[in-house]
Amino acid sequence: MKISLIDYGTNNVASVERAFSRLGAECIRATAAEPLLNSEAIVLPGVGHFAALIRALDKENMRAPLLTAIDRGVPFLGICLGLQALCRTSEEAPGIAGLGVVPGSVVSLPKNVKLPHMGWNQIADAGESRLLRDTPSDSYFYFAHSFALGTAHSGTTASCTYGSKFTAVLESKNIFAVQFHPEKSGPAGARVLANFLSLAA
Amino acid sequence: MSLARRIIPCLDTEGGRVVKGVNFVGLRDAGDPVALGARYNAEGADELIVLDIGASRDRRPTFLETIRRVAAELAIPLAAGGGIRSRDDARAVIQAGADKVTVNTAAVDHPSLISELSDEFGAQAVVVAIDAERENDHWNVRVRGGRDSAHLNALEWAQRAVSLGAGEILLTSVDRDGTGCGFDVPLTQTISRNVGVPVIASGGARLPEHFCEVFQEGAADAALAASIFHDNVRSIASLKHFLKAQGIEVRI
Repeated sequence: MKISLIDYGTNNVASVERAFSRLGAECIRATAAEPLLNSEAIVLPGVGHFAALIRALDKENMRAPLLTAIDRGVPFLGICLGLQALCRTSEEAPGIAGLGVVPGSVVSLPKNVKLPHMGWNQIADAGESRLLRDTPSDSYFYFAHSFALGTAHSGTTASCTYGSKFTAVLESKNIFAVQFHPEKSGPAGARVLANFLSLAA
Repeated sequence: MSLARRIIPCLDTEGGRVVKGVNFVGLRDAGDPVALGARYNAEGADELIVLDIGASRDRRPTFLETIRRVAAELAIPLAAGGGIRSRDDARAVIQAGADKVTVNTAAVDHPSLISELSDEFGAQAVVVAIDAERENDHWNVRVRGGRDSAHLNALEWAQRAVSLGAGEILLTSVDRDGTGCGFDVPLTQTISRNVGVPVIASGGARLPEHFCEVFQEGAADAALAASIFHDNVRSIASLKHFLKAQGIEVRI
């Protein structure tokens, strides 16, 4: 399977690329709109600031083709900021419109805990997640973020609690997203990526 | 269920080789950062730090190549630093495969570097390394590999670094580094309780009890060590089992 990996300049796409390559999947770096429409799967590996990601997508005119592809049912995986970008807005960048695929707003984690939420944490799921299939329920995943989506959304299939409860895994039809970094989460993370590949095949 | 305390091995490299205290049984080439990185990744390290301790300009391509080769072996986060003086230096390290950069002397000389890096790469990618030395009831910052005093109070500098956009503090006790007589627990506690970002304790680790006290009393979010792992004194897995038995949350 050929995966379009959205490369918007500042993020470290190489580690996601390597993680998929270990699973036998080839990634093509997409830096412009054109490749997205013919993708078999799209991965948005975000790191950094919400505004930087959204502005970069808009600068390369990638927003419309990305939304069209998602709408057509192309399997999509958002990682970390790539999950947050799916939402309507983020407290990190007031006034900047996210992709709006997920009805919900990204908010800051509470200030009574150390931020960023950085390191390995466990998640709670109801056992219905397709992405988490075959991962032990006590698995740790690597997080590095200060903002998150709450858990009121119906697509939330697993949550994590750090200061407050937030969405760790989001699944809705062909849309998949994780707040943690599967490419940095050892064997459990590799399992999540392998599950995405099976779901996308 | 809560955030696990992290165990972070550190590789001090120069010219593509691990240079400090390496006597790793079972490795064909004990000084090879790639072999060590792969081994720590497999043994349950939560993160890896690779530092260029030579950090001379002409050695830069070698260091970037080391990062590339080490990163290729890892399914855990990688931080890299040593001699990072500008946004371009940091970008090169991140593009080579590091998730985070550590800055030390250059951040003291030019604190605005912290904001520049945080704006471009995000706070989670900016680790400010502080070498602290005790003087009476407080700690002072040392720079240039511990050779010079920065004439700064370590706590004040840590707080300023965080306000400028640091996402993490790598705190090394100059007094304890290399002694094997344990982390500086009061130093770690003082900084960790008074900044709003994670603190990695460094310097002095030898016994598993040292890790236990720096997590429990020192409030460290992560602990770094080099020779205890390189010299095969204790494996990461056995250290984590010890900590778990003491009631400390670790990823096993």
